[in-house]
Amino acid sequence: MAAAKTTSGPGGSIAGAARDAILAGVVALGIFGPLVGLKTEQNMQNELVITTRWGLVAIIVGIVIAGRFLLTTTIWPAMTRNKMRDKPAATAGEVAFRARLARWFAPTGLVFLFIYPALMVYFLGFQGSLKWVDNFGIQILIYVMLGWGLNIVVGLAGLLDLGYVAFYAVGAYSYALLATHFGLSFWLLLPLAGTLAALWGIMLGFPVLRLRGDYLAIVTLAFGEIIRLVLINFRELTNGSAGISSIPKITFFGLYSFDLSAPNNFAKVFDLPMSSAYYKIFLYYLILLLALLTAFVTLRLRKLPVGRAWEALREDEIACRSLGINTTNTKLTAFALGAMFGGFAGSFFAARQGFVSPESFTFMESAVIVAIVVLGGMGSMIGVALAAVAMIGGTELLRELDFLKAVFGEGFDPDQFRMLIFGLAMVLVMIWKPRGFVSAREPTVFLNERKSISGSFVKEGHG
Amino acid sequence: MEIFLQQLINGITLGSIYGLIAIGYTMVFGIIGMVNFAHGDVFMVSAFIAMIFFLLFTTVLGVSSVIMALIAVMIIAMVLTGLLNWAIERVAYRPLRGSFRLAPLISAIGMSIVLSNFIQVAQGPRNKPLPPVLSGTITLMERNNFAATISYKQILIWVVTAVLLAGFWYVVQKTPLGRAQRACEQDRKMAALLGVNVDRTISLTFVMGAALAAVAGTLYLTYYGVVNFSDGFTPGVKAFTAAVLGGIGSLPGAVLGGLLIGLIETFWSGYFSIDYKDVAAFSILAIVLIFMPQGLLGRPEVEKV
Repeated sequence: MAAAKTTSGPGGSIAGAARDAILAGVVALGIFGPLVGLKTEQNMQNELVITTRWGLVAIIVGIVIAGRFLLTTTIWPAMTRNKMRDKPAATAGEVAFRARLARWFAPTGLVFLFIYPALMVYFLGFQGSLKWVDNFGIQILIYVMLGWGLNIVVGLAGLLDLGYVAFYAVGAYSYALLATHFGLSFWLLLPLAGTLAALWGIMLGFPVLRLRGDYLAIVTLAFGEIIRLVLINFRELTNGSAGISSIPKITFFGLYSFDLSAPNNFAKVFDLPMSSAYYKIFLYYLILLLALLTAFVTLRLRKLPVGRAWEALREDEIACRSLGINTTNTKLTAFALGAMFGGFAGSFFAARQGFVSPESFTFMESAVIVAIVVLGGMGSMIGVALAAVAMIGGTELLRELDFLKAVFGEGFDPDQFRMLIFGLAMVLVMIWKPRGFVSAREPTVFLNERKSISGSFVKEGHG
Repeated sequence: MEIFLQQLINGITLGSIYGLIAIGYTMVFGIIGMVNFAHGDVFMVSAFIAMIFFLLFTTVLGVSSVIMALIAVMIIAMVLTGLLNWAIERVAYRPLRGSFRLAPLISAIGMSIVLSNFIQVAQGPRNKPLPPVLSGTITLMERNNFAATISYKQILIWVVTAVLLAGFWYVVQKTPLGRAQRACEQDRKMAALLGVNVDRTISLTFVMGAALAAVAGTLYLTYYGVVNFSDGFTPGVKAFTAAVLGGIGSLPGAVLGGLLIGLIETFWSGYFSIDYKDVAAFSILAIVLIFMPQGLLGRPEVEKV
């Protein structure tokens, strides 16, 4: 493979490309041969036996060879040609179109989000809409909110936090414990959970103030894992890995309940047919509003001195300090605010699931949220939302692909490839667009006219 | 005393395994300044390769000598894991060199997800138990019905680790490749100007790190007799802790850190609480990074404007 980039320039010799492809095939055979070709399974006596799958290995190696050959002969030369050709300056029409797109995208998206459940109910009926509102709408919006919350820490302040899920867990367990033990309402506990998470944010943020970059990432990862391990082992409080179940549902501001047995049940009061769809739709609007609150607060904060200080901190900590910005406070506010929104999302999550266990707060969850923020283009709100839709919606969609069973046989379960594809997408997007989907963004300070600047002018994540 | 001795033996065994993995972290960090997050999962994949070939040798090919099978398995695992890490570096990290600082870390996290889920899909999510090998033990001390013992497996782990570390030390200190690696670590641009093939050196660094991880994987498999697709994360983070504790970038530091982490973990579970042994390891990571980021044997990082 090493020779590919140097010897075969644009156009490339076919023989060289073929040699590269064969080499790639040999490497693929070495890696996939034993791991895919020799599957180990336990038999009835609990002994491992080997079953061979050479056909599958042959297919994979074939794909690698063909892919490599195509890359060297067509795709790379094409990309080089594109790069070499001078890009014509964008015409006035294009610029205007882009500006219009940027201006109209957010409002259109918002309107769509508000009528989304109504559309689903209209087309699919109450029962049919359940899946689309719950598994897609709510699930994606939770991640949008988490992404926007983490965006404050990673995207704006430039502090890579790999333990964000800890604050999500703090919010979820605060609600779960206080609601089940003291019967407090969601509307009281939501701000409380946010405050508790923010306090944890400050507590965990304080010791790591001096760290930067990779070190900060690893320490926050360690904190996230410590919180999860404490949740598993502190059985007296958290019930260990078994988790806390029968967490009360959210009420409609205390007026109507969604419990089937309650006298003020929503459907009973309005004489509607019983359905769980009302609760789901209510939850959908609730998380939508919470996510929008996050976005609104972030957008406003960016215009306040503290928001400016975050972005200055992200660009250059030393310069920031020499200008007299208090970096301690700046970092702690970023941690606390990010954690607070994580806490909100966590208590919503606990109420929606009705069950929390440490299983939901693994490192993988943090990695998914960080991936959403980074792939979206750090600091760009629209980008983060798009990344959440693509990554979470895309992987949820895999569960629906039943027709693949017809292609690959009955035992084929597309769901098991979910995280595999997620990881591959992370790597590929990083290679293809290291600055994320939306790398252009609005500067916070501008002189006379608003214009987008390219992400390549700012260096994120140096903190 | 017996308990102490027993914990000491167990701790050194565990520490050897952590030390071998930690070298992979510390070398890569030293040479390209990147936390190779996928290294723990490379270790896990190597344990799977070892498991598959051990099974192939003993059940299908009928090799009767366990020691011969283990040596062959270890060499195969080293070669194949080296190949794997070479391919990973080519595909996922090299295109990102010179990109912004967090890009390789994110890519490595993605790669770590890919590796563990690939193994889950390809080999199934269940534990893979091997029949016990080398199950004999030597009793060192016995009192009040508690015997401090050292098993043949533990002796094997100590010997293999010591031999490999000696060989590795020789490669880094005395060969042209080691010289190139140390040159790249000091100044990549200058090394390139002086005729060192930087790309090749970095590739070989990944291969060497993976080979040592493969040794650790084989030893881990023989020691515990079971491996699972999710076994990469925790040993990986602990080995990274070891590398940080010893001073990241320093090779003797990685081994020292590995031994210390292994000892702390076993003594903690022996004397305090087995539930919180991972919490202890993670807390050490946090404490060391906060109060002593240069580690025990590392150089302090000077911040330049």
